[in-house]
Amino acid sequence: MGTRHENSGVWLMTYKTDLPVMLPVTPRSPEPFAGFKPKHIVIIAALVILGPSLAFAQVGAPILTPFAVLLDWMPLLLEGFIFNLVISVSAMALGTAVGAMLGLGQISLLRVTRGTSWFVTQFFRNAPWLVLLFFAMFLLPFEIKIFGLVVPLPDWFKAILGLSLPVMANVSEIVRGAVKSLPSGQWEAAESLAYSRQQTLWLIILPQCVKRMLPPWMNLYSILTMATVLASIVGVSEVMTLTAQALAAEGGRPELLAPFYGFVLLLFFAYCYPIARFTVWLEKKFAVIN
Amino acid sequence: MSWTPADPMVSIKDVHKSFGDLKVLNGVSLDVMKGDVICIIGPSGSGKSTLIRCVNALNDIQQGSILVEGQEVNDPNLDKLELRKKVGMVFQQYNLFPHKTALQNVMMAPVRVLKQDKAKAEAKARALLERVRLKDKENAYPGELSGGQQQRVAIARSLAMNPDVILFDEVTAALDPETVGEVLQTIKDLAEDGMTCILVTHEMAFAQEVADHIYFTDRGVIVEHGPPETFFKKAKDPRTKEFLSQIL
Amino acid sequence: MDLVFDWFRVLYDETGINLPFIYDGYDRNRMIDGFFTTIWLSVVCLFFSVIIGVIGAWLQGSSFKWTRRIVNGYIQLFRNTPPLVQLYFFYFAIGTVLPKVENDWGGQSPILGSFAWAAISLSFFAGAFNVEIFRSGIEAVPKSTVEAAEALGFSKLQIYRDITMPLAIRVVIPALNNNLVNLVKTTTLAYAIAVPEMLYEANQIWSDNVNVTEMMIFMLLAYFALVGVLVGGMNRWERAMKIPGFG
Repeated sequence: MGTRHENSGVWLMTYKTDLPVMLPVTPRSPEPFAGFKPKHIVIIAALVILGPSLAFAQVGAPILTPFAVLLDWMPLLLEGFIFNLVISVSAMALGTAVGAMLGLGQISLLRVTRGTSWFVTQFFRNAPWLVLLFFAMFLLPFEIKIFGLVVPLPDWFKAILGLSLPVMANVSEIVRGAVKSLPSGQWEAAESLAYSRQQTLWLIILPQCVKRMLPPWMNLYSILTMATVLASIVGVSEVMTLTAQALAAEGGRPELLAPFYGFVLLLFFAYCYPIARFTVWLEKKFAVIN
Repeated sequence: MSWTPADPMVSIKDVHKSFGDLKVLNGVSLDVMKGDVICIIGPSGSGKSTLIRCVNALNDIQQGSILVEGQEVNDPNLDKLELRKKVGMVFQQYNLFPHKTALQNVMMAPVRVLKQDKAKAEAKARALLERVRLKDKENAYPGELSGGQQQRVAIARSLAMNPDVILFDEVTAALDPETVGEVLQTIKDLAEDGMTCILVTHEMAFAQEVADHIYFTDRGVIVEHGPPETFFKKAKDPRTKEFLSQIL
Repeated sequence: MDLVFDWFRVLYDETGINLPFIYDGYDRNRMIDGFFTTIWLSVVCLFFSVIIGVIGAWLQGSSFKWTRRIVNGYIQLFRNTPPLVQLYFFYFAIGTVLPKVENDWGGQSPILGSFAWAAISLSFFAGAFNVEIFRSGIEAVPKSTVEAAEALGFSKLQIYRDITMPLAIRVVIPALNNNLVNLVKTTTLAYAIAVPEMLYEANQIWSDNVNVTEMMIFMLLAYFALVGVLVGGMNRWERAMKIPGFG
């Protein structure tokens, strides 16, 4: 018999003789940086950011080295990055709320609800994030009228809505996967104790699912944070737009490209890598032993 | 030094082996002549599986010498391939390759390792499967076979390499009681055909019937040994007697 | 075929649903080109990312400390930074530093075009995930199976090629499937560096014809269908690779 781990999507295989042929595939968590010490990371980061300065030092006579220029612009870029984080948190909150409902819809007993929820989930899961972003940006009006009040919808708000769509679809899948991964014995035990379906769901099943949902949910947040830069393509003023503007303001000098983009990479890395490690720690802590 | 059949096929001399700080073999010596069937018995942790795994160089040894047909195994320049052509091994967990059929499992090594002609290897594999009484299961995958059947395929697989001696590492320990018999029968047939066998086993009745010599190990040393007739009835060492009383 | 096209022209006149990429020859060609560019980019990236994955997984088992560290560093870097920024870094930061060649009309053009950079960047991005996936597959092959092969005299390379990899691949097909789908979706990023893939062409069309709604819905349906076909194909492949007797 084989069972599928929903979250990692790989098979745990056993023979008829019950000797495992393949070991359970654990989602891999390589020793992060396998022994890199902080000083190594600093050296590498410095190389990426300062390297071009040294490379271009001989060419012409720029007054300020690229690194100094970067320092100049850093406060602005950091502000932009904070804005990315705001977008990511908002989209995550919105997407999780709607996605959780959609996920519960996928396990509903009503065929219509199940079918619609499944379709909506699949539809938004299969669409590229950038396309959904365009979708939101272009098709949502720039202002809406509620009860006679004119509410403007700024670009960044539309971006948040656009990004919450794939989050919603993925959260729906996470919820469905977590519920499915619970042994059916839980449902049977609850039923024989005369719990209603609602009670079973909210008192027994979902509390157990929270642990299983946390690692993939955190992983999703990490992906979402990295996806917020897509908003720059549709004109929202966040860190990438600001970087492009800064580079243009500095005259488009080629030796600035690596430090500036490298800095943005570093910002995201500094934010997302700890989240990744925390997620790995969570996975180990909540290791499911069936 | 050239080897003749008058010399022991496998000669283990004063072997010491440790896993880190844990000493598992404490000076073990034994000789196996061609055609002998040797059974090694003992409590778990006594080092018997480790011992036979040293014979085909799956484990290395810290001290001592193991000669297989005159070839020293405890040698950094050992040609492992040549050794494994002479020494076959059957494992407790059968370890068949799950993505190949029984026939493919048996013929894969001769084709890949011995570079034999595929058609010839296939014919031989068929013959071997027939010998272990699994002719109709040629095209079955390991997942479709019972434990006993898989173990017999594993035996056929090591026979395909034409070894001079086969090591059996508790090969019936993981089987249902009903299927143990068919595997033991297969090994008995092999022994009667003259194959040199070294078995680590708990099957005392089998050992009594088939073995030429029995060795009892405990805590990394051979405590007592002898032919079955004397070993089981006239064990001298108190440790041996205690072990036998527990299992017989 | 013209009848079909005309029907859509009539549809536009009657209802205002404008689908120029069907009835208009020029737009139709643009859309088809974009579609094939997306497919070609996906195929190229898939191919290279799998190679990177296999090599990376093999290197991760190396006994040299620094090999393992470098591979791990690569994985962590590409997994924890936005693929769009990686793309920009490759295309702008590295691309402008490379030497230029003379093109057909005597001007200077970069040695690698935007498609090439998109392919390189996305291959490394997907490759980082693949290394993890293949590594987990390799680790799922029990040590005892490898030992049995060793006892039969197989060399290390033979074991990797005939035993470990075939089993590892079967185990990781679902995860690989997932990664492939993500790769196809990620090709839309190439839009940002003006690679003429499907989204880019759709953008061109709606800029010309001001029919954003129709184009958006078409794009959503197109990717839905593309991914659907892909998932269907991968499921069939998974069933074909199934080892009888498992699950």
